[in-house]
Order: sequence, then structure tokens, then C-alpha cells
Amino acid sequence: MRGMTLIVKQITNLMVPSILLLGIYVVLHGHLTPGGGFAGGVLIAGCFTLLILAYGSENIKSEAKKMQASLTESIGIFLFWFITIIGLLNGTYFFYNIIAKTNPGEPFKLFSAGIIPLCNIAIGIEVGAALFSIFITLAILKVGERL
Amino acid sequence: MIVFILAIILFSIGLYGILVKRNLIKMIIGLVIMEYAINLMLALVGFRKGGIAPIITPEISETATFVDPLPQAIVLTAIVIGLGTTALLVSFAVRIHEKYDTFDVRKIRKLRG
Amino acid sequence: MNLLPLFVVVPLGTAFLTLIISKLWNRSADWLANIATIFLMAFALYYLRFAGQTITYFAGGWEPVEGIPFGIAMVVDSLTIIMLLIVNIVGFGVNIYSINYMSHYTDKPKYYTLFLLMMAGLNGVVISGDLFNLFVFLEITAIASYALVAFGIGSEELEASFKYQILGGTASALILLGLALFYFMTGTLNFADASQLINQIGTNPALIFISILFLVGFGLKAALMPFHSWLPDAHPSAPAPISAMLSGVVIKVLGVYTLVRIFINVFGFNNVPFIPTIFITLGILSMVVSAYLALGQNDYKRLLAYSSISQIGYVMFAFGLGTPLGFLGGIFHLLNHAASKSLLFLNSGAIVYATDNRDMTKMGGLSKKMPITSYTSLIGSLSISGIPPLGGFWSKLVIIIAAVQAQHYILSGVAILISIVTLVYYLKSQRLAFGGALNDIYKNIKEAPFAMSFICILLALLSIGMGLLLLPSLRSLLLNPAVDVLKNGIDYGKNVLGG
Repeated sequence: MRGMTLIVKQITNLMVPSILLLGIYVVLHGHLTPGGGFAGGVLIAGCFTLLILAYGSENIKSEAKKMQASLTESIGIFLFWFITIIGLLNGTYFFYNIIAKTNPGEPFKLFSAGIIPLCNIAIGIEVGAALFSIFITLAILKVGERL
Repeated sequence: MIVFILAIILFSIGLYGILVKRNLIKMIIGLVIMEYAINLMLALVGFRKGGIAPIITPEISETATFVDPLPQAIVLTAIVIGLGTTALLVSFAVRIHEKYDTFDVRKIRKLRG
Repeated sequence: MNLLPLFVVVPLGTAFLTLIISKLWNRSADWLANIATIFLMAFALYYLRFAGQTITYFAGGWEPVEGIPFGIAMVVDSLTIIMLLIVNIVGFGVNIYSINYMSHYTDKPKYYTLFLLMMAGLNGVVISGDLFNLFVFLEITAIASYALVAFGIGSEELEASFKYQILGGTASALILLGLALFYFMTGTLNFADASQLINQIGTNPALIFISILFLVGFGLKAALMPFHSWLPDAHPSAPAPISAMLSGVVIKVLGVYTLVRIFINVFGFNNVPFIPTIFITLGILSMVVSAYLALGQNDYKRLLAYSSISQIGYVMFAFGLGTPLGFLGGIFHLLNHAASKSLLFLNSGAIVYATDNRDMTKMGGLSKKMPITSYTSLIGSLSISGIPPLGGFWSKLVIIIAAVQAQHYILSGVAILISIVTLVYYLKSQRLAFGGALNDIYKNIKEAPFAMSFICILLALLSIGMGLLLLPSLRSLLLNPAVDVLKNGIDYGKNVLGG
């Protein structure tokens, strides 16, 4: 698909850092304010989609870039699986909040609530990459091409 | 009481879309409307009279009346499941259009008997 | 036991690991996936020593407060152990079979990823102890199976998978609506807790509405008769190992197991007045209509798909009778059908691998070139039709004796008649496919490769020997505790919460 006009490109230049920052804020503060991994991940994916829509799809034509989205998603979800299994390896329960039991922070601060911020980060990476790969598959790939 | 009836009416509009419409994309939209109606119903089930949002901040004491937070967690998961289902359905509809050249369900009928 | 979540954790982790590592080295997906399924089968066989006890596991260490469980609960009791055995043993067999079979398709690592996700979902449905966990794992299994049905991307597979997805999505939406109303009525989602609460509430119109929603939703996943129309399209179009998995495991776990667990253990079989009658009616309808529809089929896999609907009708009829002998017949027929139907679908896969053809009128005389396939197929067909001394005969005998004891004389006569019709169409398919003269275009075909034949022989031995499970010493090991779980009905709650 072709890119858009110069006005759209300039406004995208101004908006993309703010949207990305908002997405990362929503992911990181998932244990204090509404949002969390999934909503922040959707915002991050929207930011990348906006870039592709404004600048055209020639920037993502190479095979390596398309595979990176799929690989990032796999790494994100593998990280989440690994965090949930740490409790099982230590001898306690599955999905056990070990950081909160050994090193609890104070309430309402950023470094509290154990493994929940780490899970949120992993899910944010995964959802952002997954939605971006869906966008690439539906809108940009031709017939017979693979991701 | 009337909001529950309205949620059920939205659900039946979605069901009507799946049963009656002939275009593949309209069937997908019917399924999506059904999922919206069910998420709405779940969020309404957790309502308590005079309750506030179930988030603990330093100003609100822990003994105030909160709305039930469990249906909200269920709705979050159900939205993600609906997203996955919709993405898969839409990509299938695109592929079917490549193979059959139409979106009309009456013409996509190679398997019978 | 502390290691219960491994049933879900191992296939889930291996699926994601396969996605990452197979981008570097393509053949690693075979090794990783098969190691995972071998471990799962060994783990399920290890759990046999817990038959008769109830094990609970609360995820995250959230123990119940004052007897009210509020975390994710995983429960293993004797009925669960039988379903775990079915899922993991058939999954192991199918995975080894698909090392050779899926080389005809492209993109094998993604197949293994989706297959392991489906295994994780199936295990999760079976061990979950509350309703919402069951719904999430049910959706994981369903979405993985939608993608797997359309794996060879031809036009027929896409159409079949689209029809399956729309109907399956509607069923999941109905189940979620039932879940919302269930939470509204009882205030809890845990099976054990809800069974005690419903026992106190008794019958009221909300319970009847929720049971109808659950019946339609889970009945569509189980392919009971008015809701069966996705199955004859989806099962033939899938690749043969996935057809074996779908027909042999998924419709049992997602449909029959959840219906039995919810209606017998949570609601109580006598609390909702018309449920036993509906089970019997839908069972008889499935049995009769699909047997006659199977008589006219020319496509081998489509005939096997209609036969699946018929046998699930037998199982629902047995569960609807409500007597302990009926429960025994139902569970035992589930075991037999899982072994035999997977064997038959894997054999049809061997035929397609060798000859690239599913139409029975064009086959003929294959038994000269493919002896292992034809003999194991004969064993599987006779076992489902109910010929002694193979396994299927004993389970059908128990079902018919239970029907006669419950004074449904006409219905037991219908069951015997449909058994004869089953024998007719299976013998017809054996004759058309394997008997007769060899068709000239098939002069150069060979037998299926060693891994595929080995799994077929293993499943055939299981079909023959399944009747031994009715011996009194072995029966008290495996089948009697499962029947006790169902006989206790609502007392499930006391067993789980340590009463």
C-alpha cells in the first residue's frame, strides 16, 4: 500500500512518541491503574500500525522485518510461561508470587506486587507483536507468502 | 432489570445476523455482536447498588462498597478470546474469497451429503 | 500432588519453544514435540495409582478461606484419570504417526505448535475444577482445532473450517451466557462450591434456563443430533492424524465429559427434571439417523465421521439412563470408541498417504499391497460394531443390559438394530476398500512407513484387549471408582473440599 500525504506524515512524526509512551505507561502501571498487559499491548501495536499506514508498506518489504514480528511474539509469550513456572521449579505452587513473599514493596508504589509487573511486560510485548503480525498478514502479505 | 432485557435483545440481534444473512462478513459481524452482548451481560451481573470501581487508592478505605470485580476479570479474558476468534475468522474469509471468488454462502457449497 | 499443573505447563511451554527454535533448525520440532507427548503419556500412566482418591491443587497457593475456594482449582478424581489416559495415549500415538504423515504438507513446525496447544487445552479442560477455567481451555482447544482442520489450505478445507468456526463460536457464546447467569444465580464458579449451593436452592426457572443453554452449547461441541452439521464436513477435511484426534478425543472431552460433569456432579441428575429424558432422546436420535446417513456414503472418512456421531449417541443414551450400570457402559464405550475410531482414521490416513484418494468406489483390493492396514482396519471395524470378543462387544452389552434393567425395552431393541446397521456399513467399506481385485493404477503402492504401522498395531492391540477391563480385579482398579464418582453426584463437593 502507498503512504499518505505530507501532512499525515508530519503529524505521525509528532504523535508516535506520545502514543508509544502512553502504551508503555499503561503496561508498567498495570497493578495500580486500570489497563495492564493487554490494553497496553493494543496501544503499542496501534503505534506500529500507524507508522505503516502513514509511510507505506515498502518499509516492511524485507523478509527479516516480517519475521521479527513473529519472533518477538514467540519470545514474549515464552517469557510469560517462564515467569509462571518459576514457582513450580522452586518447590512451591504454579503461578506463585515469590517476589511478593520474599521482597514486598510498599503499597501504591511502582515496585510492589511481586511478579505482576513482570507478567504485564511480557504480555504487553506479546500482544503488541501479535496484533502487528495479524495486521501484516491481512493487509500486506500476498497470496502464498508466509510470515 | 431492563438493562438485562436490552442485553438479551442485543444477543438475539447477533444471533439473527448469523442465522439469516448470506454474506460471510455479515455472519462474522453477527458473531462479534453476540460476543459484545455477552460481555455487557457479564459486566452488568457484577453491579452492586451504590458501589464504586473496585480499585484501592490511598484515598478510599478498604471497607467501602465495591462493585464485584470477578466478572470484570472474566470479561477481560472473554474480550481477548473474542479477538482471537475474530482474527481467525476474518483471515479465513479472505482466503475463501481468493479460492471461490465470492462471499455468498449459497455458492460456497462444495461439500454436500 | 504438587506436580498436577505439569499436564498443562509442559505442552504449552513446548509449543512456544518449538516456535522459537524451529526458526533456526527445522527438524527440531519433531524431536521436541514427541518428547513432550512421551512425557505426558508417562505422567498420565503414573497417575493411575491415584484411582479412587481426589486430589486438589490450588494455583498460586490460594487456599480456601473458611471453606470457600476463590482461586483457580484443579481437581483430579477417578473420572478425570480415565479421560487423561484417553487424551494422552491417543495424543502420543497421533504425534508419532504425524512425523511421517505431515511430510506431505508444508510448514510442519506450525503444525506441532498448534497440536501441542490443543493437547494443553484438552488436558486443561479435564483437570479444571471451576467453570471459567474450563471455558478458557475449551476455547484454546477449539481455536487450535479450527486452524488444524484447515491445515492443507484447499478450498474444501477452508469451507469446512469456516462452517465449524461459526457454529463453534455460537456454541461458545451460548456457554459464556450460561456462565454469566450461573454466576448470577449462585455467586460462585467453583464446581465443588456450586454443587453444595445448588443442592440447597433446588429447582427453579433460572436453573432450567441455564441447563438449556449448557445443553445446546456443549451438545454442539459433542455433535449430538440436531447440532451435528459441522462434523461430517470438518472431520474428513482435516489431515488424518487430526481427524483421529478430533473424532477420538476432542468431541468426547469437550462435549461428553463436560456435559456429564456439569449435569451429574454440579446440578444433580434429579434437580433438573427433564435432563435424563433429553439425554436419552438426543442419544437415540443421533444413533438412528446418522447410522442411516452413513449407509449411503462413498467417501471413507465421511462414513467414519457419521459413525462417530452414532457412537456418541450410544454414550449419551447410556448416561441418560441414570443407573450405575448405565454409567459403567457409557464410560467403557468412551474408552473403546477412542481406541477404535482413532485406529480407523489413522488407517484411512495410511490409505490416503499411499494412494491419494478417499473415494471408496475407486479403491479396491488394497489388502494385497497393504496387509497391516487392512487387518488393523478389520479389527477396528469389528470392535465398533460389537463382535465378540473384541472390546466394543462388552461395552455395548453393558449398555443394552442397563437399558433393559431400566425398563426401556423398545429402546434397547433399537440399540441392537443400529448395532447391526453399523456392522453392515463397516463390512461394506471393508469390502470396497480392501477386498476385491486390485485396481491397476495402484500397482506400485507400498505399505505405510514403519512409525505409522507401529501405532496402528498398538491401537489395534488396545482395541482387542479393552474387554479385559471388565474382569472384576481390573474393574475395581479403573472403572469402578469412576462410576462411583458419578454415582455420588452432588457429594462431589464434599470430596473436593475435604469434607
